[in-house]
Amino acid sequence: MKARIFVTLKGGVLDPQGKAIHHALEGLGFSGVNDVRAGKLIELDLADGTSDEDIDAMCRKLLANTVIENYRIEKVA
Amino acid sequence: MKSAVIVFPGSNCDRDLATAFEAMSGSKPAMIWHRDTELPDDIDLIGVPGGFSYGDYLRSGAMAARSPVMQAVAKAAERGAYVLGICNGFQVLTESGLLPGALLRNAGGHFICRDVPLTVENAQSAFTSRYGAGESVIFPVAHHDGNYFADPETLDRLEGEGRVALRYAESVNGSARNIAGILNEAGNVLGMMPHPERVIEAAHGKTDGRRLFEGLVEGLLARA
Repeated sequence: MKARIFVTLKGGVLDPQGKAIHHALEGLGFSGVNDVRAGKLIELDLADGTSDEDIDAMCRKLLANTVIENYRIEKVA
Repeated sequence: MKSAVIVFPGSNCDRDLATAFEAMSGSKPAMIWHRDTELPDDIDLIGVPGGFSYGDYLRSGAMAARSPVMQAVAKAAERGAYVLGICNGFQVLTESGLLPGALLRNAGGHFICRDVPLTVENAQSAFTSRYGAGESVIFPVAHHDGNYFADPETLDRLEGEGRVALRYAESVNGSARNIAGILNEAGNVLGMMPHPERVIEAAHGKTDGRRLFEGLVEGLLARA
């Protein structure tokens, strides 16, 4: 079983990386970009039967810092 | 007086911090590897040093905060031992929950390595007792992720309880309210981005950091 964890900065938390990407896109001539936020994708290969609670605990205890980040869990078959 | 410096893979200010502890206390700190699960009995002072623990993987300080030794550090802190986290050490302390908030990437996106002016906001703490309230000092900073963040309620609480120990006297990295160093509720844990251990003797060019260690050691010796 696989799970994908999407970790994103909360709204209102400054994202200098996203800003730099935004500037670079404008530098390439793409003018229609209003904003860029960068995040992380963490792929977990899990033993079958790993509980949703355990995956959520992994996110809360390590994968995301909930002071500044949100996370979303997507289970893949 | 018993002191220790925690060493993570990627720590690079551990020996500087050990030198500062030894210079002020006269005894060598124990160097404690991150996999150790115990600290010396009755430890008085623990240094969590700067560097790039675990290559800053995932988030700065995130892996180090979950390493075995940090449970022992948390226990010692609860018992009242002093804990001083500098730079990456500050990041480790916020990631481990010993201090509130988080340290984000610097607002300008750059690594900042220079001397910065600071104001001592709280001169009553065990760490700052040898400074005057409102005194200006200059410490070097060297960090990429020093932009202190906490929600407005937490910031108000920190300010109201005198837990902002040090503040940048100018905009440096985008830190909320220019916060450079904060104390825990009990006042025995300090996290700060600037490096006092790099300015303790004349050969360093400046000695503003010396009194932080002197005050700590003096307080500990008086307590013993």
